[in-house]
Order: sequence, then structure tokens, then C-alpha cells
Amino acid sequence: MEFKDYYKILGVERTATADEIKKAYRKLARTYHPDVNKEPGAEARFKEISEAYEVLSDPQKRAAYDQLGRRWQAGEEFTPPPDWAAGFEFSPGRFSTEEAADFSDFFSSLFGNFTRRASGGRVRGEDRHAKIVIPLEDAFHGATRTITLRVPDLDAQGRVSLREHTLKVRIPKGIREGQLIRLAGQGAPGSGGAPGGDLYLEVHFDSHSLYRVDGHDLSLTLPITPWEAALGATVKAPTPTGVVEVKIPPGSRSGQKLRLKGRGIPSDPPGDLYLVLEVVLPPADTERARQLYRMMAQELAFNPRQELGV
Amino acid sequence: MEDDVLTGSIVGYEDVLTVEEFARACHAEVRWVAELVEVGILAKRGHDQAAWRFCAADLACARRAARLQRDFEASIETVAVMLDLLNEIDRLRERLRRAGLDADG
Repeated sequence: MEFKDYYKILGVERTATADEIKKAYRKLARTYHPDVNKEPGAEARFKEISEAYEVLSDPQKRAAYDQLGRRWQAGEEFTPPPDWAAGFEFSPGRFSTEEAADFSDFFSSLFGNFTRRASGGRVRGEDRHAKIVIPLEDAFHGATRTITLRVPDLDAQGRVSLREHTLKVRIPKGIREGQLIRLAGQGAPGSGGAPGGDLYLEVHFDSHSLYRVDGHDLSLTLPITPWEAALGATVKAPTPTGVVEVKIPPGSRSGQKLRLKGRGIPSDPPGDLYLVLEVVLPPADTERARQLYRMMAQELAFNPRQELGV
Repeated sequence: MEDDVLTGSIVGYEDVLTVEEFARACHAEVRWVAELVEVGILAKRGHDQAAWRFCAADLACARRAARLQRDFEASIETVAVMLDLLNEIDRLRERLRRAGLDADG
């Protein structure tokens, strides 16, 4: 495992005061906090910053870390010396076991056994949260999905490590983006015979090549020809449950929406499917096609710029 | 046992979580949940805490509040302002997305 230079991560000198450390952390938090900064990479960077601050903001942890720090450089191969923290007493941190498990191995090898946790006795396990990304089709037909989560484990010494937890979960028909599937007892195990916590799976849909999701409604861009738009027509349109025929009213324009009631996600109540019309011009790539365009130009007195006064 | 298919209960748009369940899911105390209601981060509810129920959006909001409070060492009132502004940004981004525009594009 690599030695981490927490001072470098926060961009402060080793001699920085507690106040300087706090200021440096707050400035970085404003830039990289994942609730503020949606850029990819911000979250990983913020975890590193949180971890550094967790150590350097706590006088005991900082003193113990400083003792080590004199002997190692950032990135150097590191193994904690035996009894490295002798003489120090650490207070529990600000993070739950679940959150602290995201910290580096370096952190967990040093401070892992001092994360916040209830002390002994019969204690219910912590609830846990995870996001799952499923195909939109699951909402229409229901499915069983196998998911693998990395979950923190506390060993006998209270040290945190990650292990893989594989679950088979039923995805109910009608599930919607942002809903939670709550699995009782699948969170952290309890201690002293107490029940485990619950696992909350937050559902997200994979982006779909055809449909856009908005709550329980879907929308689909439906290309139509100029004559279908002008004269009206009955055309075929795909839906997640099969092809349907829809009537395009005469005089339709690009951007107009046709609502297919109840053809959205089959929740209770079911959502709708919106067809957003897009008039597509046939290419003028043959002599015959060009001739037809020229004929329209001659025979239709049409000025689309009339309202612009030109 | 791991091969068994698990069936969960759905927490969606309807208020189903009790205040104890909700607090546990936030790794917090019931008292803290009551503070969120008090400052308006969560919608006002009646006096009888035992009758309070919460939905998925409430949970997302409260967990966000907990992160902001801890990471910025902010008061709950400050978090309420931050959340108002962040939610407003989310709403505007969503409108841009629907209009086919990307806020960062």
C-alpha cells in the first residue's frame, strides 16, 4: 500500500495550524463536493480530501500521523509499524463504517478500527445504500437481476475491509427512476444477535437508444415525411410493448407531440408515451427527386419567411 | 442462501417510511429528522411524530443534507439555504436537458 501525504492533498505545509487546515479543506470542499460539482472525478477527489481532513483535523490522529510522516514520502510503499499508535487514543470519526470503507487502504490500516460504531452489546446493523442501473425494459416486464456490491466488513479488531456481496433481486414491473427497493436485513449485520440493517437500492435506468424517461412518462422522436405531416396519415410507431399504429393529423408540424395514453411505464397510475414529431425531408439525390422539388417550388406559393417581413 | 431471489418493498413517491426507519436510513437520530422538518428542509408535518411518513425523495434530500452538514461543518439553517440553491440548479439543468441543451456544453 502507498503512503499518503495528507498535507499535500490539502495543499498545506506540515507546520499548518488547525485553522489553516480547516480553511484549506473548506476551500477544496467548495470546489470538489459531489453535491456541488457534478464533474466526473470530483467525487473521488473529494473522498481523498475528506480522508486527509479526517486525519489532520483531529489532534490525536494528526500527531500519530506526523510521527509516521517523518519517515515516508507520498506514494512510497508503506506498512504500518507494529504498535505504531501506542500512546494515542483516537476518538471515533465523523464517518459511518459504510462511508469510511471508501477511504484508502492506507487510512483503514491506520485508523480503520476507530470509525464511528456503537460500542458492544446488541446493536442493529447499519442501513446501507447503493445505486443500481437497469435497462428500461425491466420496468415493463419485471426482471431478476444479479447485483454485486462492495460492502464494508468489520473484522474482530474492528478494522474495515471490503468484500463482494452478490444478491439476486426481483425488479418489479412498473418501477420508476429514483424509486428505492428496500431489502430488509440485507444491510450491515447486527451484533449480539440483533437484526441486520436494511439495504436500499436506488433505481436508475440505462440511457435508451429510443426512449427518454421523465418520471413515469416516456418520449420518442417519431420521424414523418412532409406529406404525412401535411395530409395526415396512419403510421407505425414502436413502443416498449410492441409496434402500434398512430394517426398523424393533417397539418402536423415538427415538435408537435402526440400522447399515447397509458403506454409509458406501467406504474400505478401508468405513464404516457409522447411521440415528438419530426418532419424529415426526402433527399434530393436523384434527378426525379430534384424534379419533384422544382415542381413544388413552382406550384406552391410558399414563403416560410413571411413573418420575418422578407 | 445467496441464490434466493430477494423481493424488496418499494419506497417511491408515497410516504411509507416511519420516522425511526427514516432516521436509521440516514444514520441519524429522530431528533435530527425533526430539525429538518422544523427548518423546512423536509415538508412540514403534524405534531404527532409517530404518524410521520416519508418517501424516496425525502430520503434523497435528507441524506444530501447530512452530507452537506458534515462536510461543510454547516449549521442546519445554512444547509437549508444550500439545498434551496442546489435544488434550483438541478431544476434549471433539467429544463435545459429537456430543451435539448446541455448546461456545460
